[in-house]
Amino acid sequence: MAASPVQVTGTVLTTRRVDAYHALTVVAPGVADRTRPGHFVGVAVGGPSTSMLTRRAFAIHDVKPDYGGTVELVFTVRGPGTAWLADLRARDTLDLVGPLGRPFPLPRDPCTCVLVGGEYGSASLFALGDALQQRGCRIDFVLGAPSADRVFGALRARRMGETTTLTTEDGSLGMRGKVTDVLAGVIADARADVVYACGPMAMLQGVTAVGVEFDIPVQVAVEEAMACGIGVCMTCVLPVIGDDGVTRMVRACTDGPVFRGERVRFEDVGTIPFDALGAPGGRHA
Amino acid sequence: MAQFFDVTRLGAFVTRSITMAPRAGRPTPRMAETPSGLLNAVGLQGPGVEAFLTQELPWLAERGARTVVSIGGGTVAEYTALARRLADAPGVTAVEVNLSCPNVEDRGRVFARDGSSAAEVVASVRAATRYDVPVIAKLTSDVADIVAVARSCVDGGADALAMINTPVGMSVDVDTMRPSLAAGTGGLSGPAIRPLAVRCVWQVHAALPGVPIIGMGGVTTGRDALEFVLAGACAVAVGSALFHDPYACPRIQRELEELLTERGFDRLADAVGLAHHPPGSGPRGRTDLEESSL
Repeated sequence: MAASPVQVTGTVLTTRRVDAYHALTVVAPGVADRTRPGHFVGVAVGGPSTSMLTRRAFAIHDVKPDYGGTVELVFTVRGPGTAWLADLRARDTLDLVGPLGRPFPLPRDPCTCVLVGGEYGSASLFALGDALQQRGCRIDFVLGAPSADRVFGALRARRMGETTTLTTEDGSLGMRGKVTDVLAGVIADARADVVYACGPMAMLQGVTAVGVEFDIPVQVAVEEAMACGIGVCMTCVLPVIGDDGVTRMVRACTDGPVFRGERVRFEDVGTIPFDALGAPGGRHA
Repeated sequence: MAQFFDVTRLGAFVTRSITMAPRAGRPTPRMAETPSGLLNAVGLQGPGVEAFLTQELPWLAERGARTVVSIGGGTVAEYTALARRLADAPGVTAVEVNLSCPNVEDRGRVFARDGSSAAEVVASVRAATRYDVPVIAKLTSDVADIVAVARSCVDGGADALAMINTPVGMSVDVDTMRPSLAAGTGGLSGPAIRPLAVRCVWQVHAALPGVPIIGMGGVTTGRDALEFVLAGACAVAVGSALFHDPYACPRIQRELEELLTERGFDRLADAVGLAHHPPGSGPRGRTDLEESSL
């Protein structure tokens, strides 16, 4: 872990709707200046006397130096916790812990990178794009979602990327289909050296498969349900193959959320593979 | 935790239950949030005792943490082997015997529900552990008579009792129409179980006033901790609160100190079990409690 996380009581600066999503900018000095692309924050929801015990994890979309440092989160309402967040107004306070997780590794030398975002997973890609461009990398975007209002950040991608390809499953924006349908073409055209991806698990699996075909590294940022975000609760685990070739159930919060795609056993997510270290009846038991 | 605060300020750090072999645990989802609580079915994921002893325990010792090592097993022999393995390891402050983890796949053996098998485990762990390392029996509230189980464990040689482990709960996701947890059932923790835990501490302290009790179950503030102390606990443990507030331990410790000072107590031991005594009965004479979080 590059930077140690802090807990701060931030003040909401702005709230806005972005198509199907909500965006929340919070003044959180200490969190903002430690954040690298790919980091996330754990947000306490429901106020001081909340009955919701677990923190909600959100990727950090944007960091700005205003007011000592702000972070912007993008989310969609999925339950009572995110509904509470969506009801926050400017000047409300928000309890944040961050930055958490391991950020995206950046290439040492300039290279060509394809950034793939599914739904609001693209939120964490723009800060990454900035960092890559500062290192002289060429970046190309591929963003996709089921429908046009759920493609996040298409405009910004068009401004930043050498090329930007959009896909929607209903055809309401860009190409009809999924990001994995167009990714091979984009990689070939750009002669990409590396792929970065963030989005739903099924998309990450597809993107990794394409990357493997081209024999280029894929860095994926996974979304797993977390309770604590700080490595204590052991609920956000997924099977990942280690350097020694052994599959372990690793924590998305502290060992990830960024993994090398080909190391993640996507087809076994949600299970304990029989050959994982310590699996019931497994050979390591 | 060490990235948030100084672990040496804690009375002690209790590890997750260490098992003999590495364990991958249960499939996900392993966690479901419930009103003021949390269901979990992690299934004792851990690296096994060898990796714990070579990597984690020295790490804790290096940081000066007093470590209570929790052990979990499927048979009396496994508990005993674990205790023996820990006996010559430096940096073990106490051994906690997890008698009650409902997550263990081995369904037939939930030791804490049966006084005699709980006592058997405790006795053999006690015999395998160094004389100056206390053995703590962790009990579950999922029993008909917790006092009977507590008494058996003390008779078996337990130096202290920890209560409560998570009672078994369940939730069903009405959207997917399936259980929320992959394992079906899970242990319930958080403020939702605090009244249950306080009741257990109260009953056991009333029956066995000389036995040190470590109270736990939904402690999120200093007031919650004091509630356990007044019911009879001489130390208080914090778990799920950490998921909400990584600084919960130092905060609760500070709040508890302030509450004790406000109420005119010089030390925690004077408040232990005070709720059992009617007002005006005067201060208690007996304060022979060795463990204290302050």
